[in-house]
Amino acid sequence: MSKFDVSRRGVLKTGAMAGAGVALPTIFTASSAAAFTNEPTGSTVTLGFNVPQTGPYADEGADELRAYELAVEHLNGGGDGGMMNTFSSKALQGNGILGKKVEYVTGDTQTKSDAARASAKSMIEKDGAVMITGGSSSGVAIAVQGLCQEAGVIFMAGLTHSNDTTGKDKKANGFRHFFNGYMSGAALAPVLKNLYGTDRTAYHLTADYTWGWTQEESIAAATEALGWQTVNKVRTPLAATDFSSYIAPVLNSGADVLVLNHYGGNMVNSLTNAVQFGLRDKVVNGKNFEIVVPLYSRLMAKGAGENVKGIHGSTNWHWTLQDEGSKAFVKSFGTKYGFPPSQAAHTCYVQTLLYADAVERAGSFNPCAVVEALEGYEFDGLGNGPTLYRAEDHQCFKDVLVVRGKENPTSEFDLLEVVEVTPRAQVEYAPDHPMFAGGNLGACNPGA
Amino acid sequence: MFGLNKKDTSLLIIVACLTMFAPFILNPFPTDSGLAQFNAGYPDLMQRFVIFGIFAIGFNILFGLTGYLSFGHAAFLGVGSYSAVWMFKLIGMNVIPAIVLSVIVAGLFALLIGFISLRRSGIYFSILTLAFAQMSFNLAYSVLTPITNGETGLQLTLEDPRILGVSATADGSIPVTNLFGLEMRSTFEMAVGPWAFQFNAGYYLCAFIMLAAFYLSIRIFRSPFGMMLRAVKSNQQRMNYTGLNTRPYTLAAFVISGMYAGLAGGLMASMDPLAGAERMQWTASGEVVLMTILGGAGTLIGPVLGAGFIKYFENIFSKINDNVLHSWFSFMPDGMEDAVVFLIHPFIGKGWHLTLGILFMLVVIFLPGGLVEGGQRIKGWLSGRKAKDDGKAAGETNPAE
Repeated sequence: MSKFDVSRRGVLKTGAMAGAGVALPTIFTASSAAAFTNEPTGSTVTLGFNVPQTGPYADEGADELRAYELAVEHLNGGGDGGMMNTFSSKALQGNGILGKKVEYVTGDTQTKSDAARASAKSMIEKDGAVMITGGSSSGVAIAVQGLCQEAGVIFMAGLTHSNDTTGKDKKANGFRHFFNGYMSGAALAPVLKNLYGTDRTAYHLTADYTWGWTQEESIAAATEALGWQTVNKVRTPLAATDFSSYIAPVLNSGADVLVLNHYGGNMVNSLTNAVQFGLRDKVVNGKNFEIVVPLYSRLMAKGAGENVKGIHGSTNWHWTLQDEGSKAFVKSFGTKYGFPPSQAAHTCYVQTLLYADAVERAGSFNPCAVVEALEGYEFDGLGNGPTLYRAEDHQCFKDVLVVRGKENPTSEFDLLEVVEVTPRAQVEYAPDHPMFAGGNLGACNPGA
Repeated sequence: MFGLNKKDTSLLIIVACLTMFAPFILNPFPTDSGLAQFNAGYPDLMQRFVIFGIFAIGFNILFGLTGYLSFGHAAFLGVGSYSAVWMFKLIGMNVIPAIVLSVIVAGLFALLIGFISLRRSGIYFSILTLAFAQMSFNLAYSVLTPITNGETGLQLTLEDPRILGVSATADGSIPVTNLFGLEMRSTFEMAVGPWAFQFNAGYYLCAFIMLAAFYLSIRIFRSPFGMMLRAVKSNQQRMNYTGLNTRPYTLAAFVISGMYAGLAGGLMASMDPLAGAERMQWTASGEVVLMTILGGAGTLIGPVLGAGFIKYFENIFSKINDNVLHSWFSFMPDGMEDAVVFLIHPFIGKGWHLTLGILFMLVVIFLPGGLVEGGQRIKGWLSGRKAKDDGKAAGETNPAE
């Protein structure tokens, strides 16, 4: 038997020690009245890069992380400066942000809202990150954006394409540079009309979460406005890896266009399944069967290989663009990693520069000052032409690219060709558009 | 004390001390040192330690006592989370109604699932619970989207009614969870020299609830009811032949452990008002099984240790990246540094599962009784050396059962 006696002396001793312990803080605690959450006081500032390292979007996540590391290098004055040289604002000096050296912490979102929030929380609480960025899934982006709003740090969304991120779930502390489902629909519709005509029947396969839902809604609305019919909309789980059971019913549905509202690993698998089932060789209603992938990226094209040839979609940015900003970015990314960046890498790099620039212009890391500096901000030279960060919903407005899987790729990176650059005016919408209504930015929250 | 014998009292006091002083214990390294990477004393992780501790304690009441291995316990955790978030949406931001409702709903859900699943035992019971949990997960993930918001996760919005609170605060943001005005996320930071200790209101609420849950579990272990459950584990058939109906006992154990899981889910939502379907996935159910076995099934303290162990790995090891490694080994010559980093790389960052898996294998192979057995061996070894003549006492030491 282990012995345990509660003696009076023992109780007194413990009590005295506990009392001393409670009194201790009053001796040491300095008045640490920070003006806002995680105010950087030393010679460095910490940013949190929260990207999917596992799960269906892991490829995108890895590329995002590369872009973030490149951006940090450029901000700290390393490398060739990349797009900092072409950026219309010249506030960034290459000496960190406000003279503080930029450091970063990374985390794995696992493409799950729960894990992403836990990871972001530990960055804020443990590592003292003053800005969180990343996310390759809109579900994750929305969850982390909500967290950042509560905690009082800035969230610079990475790859998130759902209308809700800057629609129904928009937050004052959150900003998105990437385009969204509505813009994809607006950019794709005219191209689809020219290619496939106005008398078509579409079948949607949709990733079952906020991004899939809003993109499906946007594309269906845009194509129905052309005169197309939508025969069915089927939701598929995000974690699914085999889509054959979803493809088979398409054959018997009478549809002659398949819209794949899938991204990343999902799209690679569903498109491969669709091609294996011979959908692209079918003739339905006297027309060739077509497949459309509204949100496209080079990484997905690489994953799907031969199957992407001739398939249309939209993208935020592509490395073959010939403006100065894009060329500078592709050059420094290629020098460092040996291959061109993806659109995910581009938007993450740009978001990091935009944040740093906003802090420089505001002269403070205070989230409310940053929000003020970014709202209604017009800039250029970051690869998408003249761009506006709209104050009403913190969404960037810029040109959208319509791309097609290249028939004769000249290299393993040359997989997509730009069909059309849809001008900004054509993809703009009112902040209270029905697809974006119901949200409220609220007030900026500096925390603490 | 509290109707416990001396051994249990001392165990309870040890656990109480550990939880109360966790902010100190888990932050042993100064904030600016390289080892600060291994500090775990920040609110979110400390909350997770105790919340998953509760979850594992509850699971242990079922698995440790009756031997029924449920592979679907995460379903109750998820149900608890959803109920709590709905309370925040409809009633108000006080955590008490949310926690109460989450326990009740999880209890009812456990009654339903337990009533059906407990008709079978052994592997069939495990499969039934797994099936139910996957069903709940898929329902939450797609079919019940209006209630659960599917993959995106159930979140608070500015439009929620919150009839006993406010929909939005004066400055236009979503109100935060609180206990009669004490905000769950409010943290008192204490700087002692180079150390920074964080005392978080939410953590202490969770810690107190965990102590209560732990106390209750000790009482159950020591009660005639607990004895009956142990009898079920050792030989259920014999009990049936003696004319005793074991179903009510196992069902009660199942419901109690389901309510523990619901409590954990409710607390999770109270600390961070979001509920996602992946909380109910089978991997989450498997995790609690791992926690219990890793710590020591059937022991009182084991599941809590196992929960802490797994959560520590998940949160600390997954955040070590190559950059951190390079900074650790920067004292080495260049080629060697790269080689060492290359060798360690698969075990950190996204490879934390691999590290955990190896440790789990080692524990199961060399310490079949879990971490508790390891502790006992060390203790036996120490006391064996200290008092060689008192070897018998060392053999008898068995603090957790």
